[in-house]
Amino acid sequence: MGRNKVRYSEIVPKKRDWPIVQLSKNRKAFIDEVAKEAYNKFLSEKNGTIREEIEMTIHREKLRMKANPWKVDPQDERAYWSGIQSRLLDIDIEDKAEAAEQEKKILMDIMLRYSEEIAGNFRKSYYRFAQKFVTFGFARLLNAARVKGLLALFSKQLDLDDKLHVVGETEHIRKLAKLGTVVMVPTHFSNLDSILIGWAIQHLGLPPFIYGAGLNLFNIKILAYFMNSLGAYKVDRRKKNPIYLETLKSYSNRAIQRGCHSLFFPGGTRSRSGEIETQLKMGLLSTAIEAQREMYQSANGASAKRVFIVPVVINYHFTLEAPALIKEHLKRTGRERYYVEADEFSTSYKISTFMFKFFTKGSDISVSIGRGMDILGNYVDNDGNSFDKNGNTINPRDYFLRGKEITVDKQRENEYVRVLSSRIVEEYHKYNRVFASHLVAFTAFKMLERKHSKLDLYNVLRLPDEDLILDYEEFKEKYKQLRTKLEKLHKKGQVNMAFHMKKKTDQSILHGLKNVGLYHDQRPLVLKGDKIIIKDTNTLYYYHNRMNGYGLEKFI
Amino acid sequence: MDLKNSSKEIIGVVGAGSFGTAIANILAENSANVILYVRSDEKEQSINKTRVSSGQKLADNIRITRDLQEVAESCEVIFPMVPSANFREMIVSLSPHLRPYHVLIHGTKGFDLHIPKKEKITRANPITREHVKTISEVIKEESSVLRVGCLAGPNLARELDQRKPAATVIASHFDEVISIGQRLLKNDRFMIYGSSDLIGIELCGILKNIIAVGAGTISGMDLGENAKALFISRGLVEMVYIGKALGGNAQAFLGLAGVGDLIATCTSNLSRNFTVGFRLAKGETLDEIIESMDEVAEGVKTINIVTQLAESYGVRSPITETLYKIIHGEMTINDAHAYLMSFPFRAEIDFLEQKPESFS
Repeated sequence: MGRNKVRYSEIVPKKRDWPIVQLSKNRKAFIDEVAKEAYNKFLSEKNGTIREEIEMTIHREKLRMKANPWKVDPQDERAYWSGIQSRLLDIDIEDKAEAAEQEKKILMDIMLRYSEEIAGNFRKSYYRFAQKFVTFGFARLLNAARVKGLLALFSKQLDLDDKLHVVGETEHIRKLAKLGTVVMVPTHFSNLDSILIGWAIQHLGLPPFIYGAGLNLFNIKILAYFMNSLGAYKVDRRKKNPIYLETLKSYSNRAIQRGCHSLFFPGGTRSRSGEIETQLKMGLLSTAIEAQREMYQSANGASAKRVFIVPVVINYHFTLEAPALIKEHLKRTGRERYYVEADEFSTSYKISTFMFKFFTKGSDISVSIGRGMDILGNYVDNDGNSFDKNGNTINPRDYFLRGKEITVDKQRENEYVRVLSSRIVEEYHKYNRVFASHLVAFTAFKMLERKHSKLDLYNVLRLPDEDLILDYEEFKEKYKQLRTKLEKLHKKGQVNMAFHMKKKTDQSILHGLKNVGLYHDQRPLVLKGDKIIIKDTNTLYYYHNRMNGYGLEKFI
Repeated sequence: MDLKNSSKEIIGVVGAGSFGTAIANILAENSANVILYVRSDEKEQSINKTRVSSGQKLADNIRITRDLQEVAESCEVIFPMVPSANFREMIVSLSPHLRPYHVLIHGTKGFDLHIPKKEKITRANPITREHVKTISEVIKEESSVLRVGCLAGPNLARELDQRKPAATVIASHFDEVISIGQRLLKNDRFMIYGSSDLIGIELCGILKNIIAVGAGTISGMDLGENAKALFISRGLVEMVYIGKALGGNAQAFLGLAGVGDLIATCTSNLSRNFTVGFRLAKGETLDEIIESMDEVAEGVKTINIVTQLAESYGVRSPITETLYKIIHGEMTINDAHAYLMSFPFRAEIDFLEQKPESFS
């Protein structure tokens, strides 16, 4: 397409100036800071119930160790929690003041342990190596697959950025990263998203971002190595006790305040349904808002450092995990009460084959960088100024004021998280680049639903083969209608469209049919003469879901 | 924390209609200073001369202004109280002076209808929620203010002015907005309830005006109290259906802002909307009635909007539709009455049933 290859310089060339390097240098001090912060917040909210909280935590931790032990879990766990328990039992509850003192000490102890456990292990030298490895290694794989022949392994013809297009507000995010802390919030469809984003961040010349990675991924040595070196901290989804969650939030909060750019997948986990996230996890997002408020508070009227939220949408024609994901989604919505999370990432071997497939077989991938926003979703310009919808400059600090002073109001901030999260979802839909493959899937599935409007979703998915045939001409008509509608939305700036969508209808459909679910064992759609045959309703449903949320169903 | 500044605090009220004036007086009672914005030159002069606004005597600590900028700059808390037809225009002029620290609690009980210039409403492109907004939605659309609330409940301005007891609901997603409203408005004869269902409470205030117009026609025809009670309770059911289709919950309609306000407006000739219906039944035309009233009866506009919305969303709304036909001269009041008496309702109440969740 004649794209110019852009090379971005590093915005902070000296690695020792990277906030993340500073953080890892003073790791111990930072862990203390996090624990102290969590401790203070916890006390101000839960004072008086500390003992119960600790008891509950001990109870849950014991259950977890018994029911769901992992390789990464520290050896001394059992001993540690028994120790905590006996310390708690030794407290003389008659002496109220002394008892409260002791309980607080135990709380602090637990928070320090959690904080230590969460903290990342970033190392400069590892980072450099991992970075080289990713760029170099993947480029080799790519060449091997695309340019035929063994010698191609050494070819420099193709580069990772031939395959991965980083588009959108690229200069803007570089500017913002110099001005304040960037919190990047990408959509999440595939397990490789974090590596893609990691690569994109590095490609854009940004210093590494920290991000919370599921502790389960650290079970695998090779992944653990990469994650540590790429700035990951550990999130243990098994631990849902308030003491742990407070510590985790404090970690994110303090890191943001220290200027560490952060990456949240606000959807929490990969989208199971194939739909763009509409329900975001409030926990981590709330730390961005809280951190910004605290930054204003400690600036004490002087100009404070800013937090910028940057939505990112990752687009591809197909998701390797789609069949497994959609199955899981259907099981869940089908009210099956117990399901086991299928972990297709359980061994190093599986990962390597996965990566190989992903980089060699996958058709093009684009990463769209959205426009930066403040913590309430107002757009910011290159100088970091916020604007309301009418273009008036606003000061985000004003959102926290009451009676001319910054006040702390949890309920208010919870509401702000909701505002921010619906703004992010809005932006996702805007930056979502519709590929022909998404639209053919949508058209076909909606036609199927219309034809069998008496059936519920589960029965539509189970239709017999003879009902899974669509007439091409009819399909084309509907496809055209939907594309026109999309073009209108595109003009209003409510969605983005890939270049290939502009082709003639037949060509565009063909492109879509060729690419939808390209490398699955069973292609969802196949063209046969003047019929379109649906081969796999589940994956068809998955890809169709990507187009939800635009109100397109009315136009078919 | 708020209390220590309250003696110096200045509260803004925008719009000096009867409800705006009544609220300004209640605010002034709680020792706050109040700035009351009026739109026209004449009104400003006449109020300043007589200290009477919309038939109500103004408290001494209320100052009149015609400068929106001044309101925004001197007040953190503002009560916009202007008719829905002028609301967007007002907020657009106020908006450049508004900041995210402002708190807005409105008392407007009508929809905003906004159709972009290029767009045409046709059968293929019917009126939807995209074109019809509640007032809190308009505020959020046109300004940077997030801390928004609304006032709704049986609050006939004349009775408030006569210092008779009453209560109101302040709805907001923000607890702090509710408590600010309570602190500023509460006194020994005015109770304030809080609700977090902002849209639901707004819809209550808006939709009840439809039923008030209808109840007025029943009174005007002298059909008796049984008929009116029948009408009001069927009206409530219709409100709930429409309200749910537009994004509210059934609960709100059963509270003070729903049933409470409905009873007050449907049984009092102090209500403008009731009066419209009453006079229609007495044989006056709509134009004549509107001509002779000095304030807007929101119900008429609401009937027009809701009739179209109900059609777009496929909600059964026999009462609203019938009233629509009456005000557009497509049906006489007698025919309308006969029609409603024979309308086949299935069950008396079915909105409280929990439907099993369906997959979508």
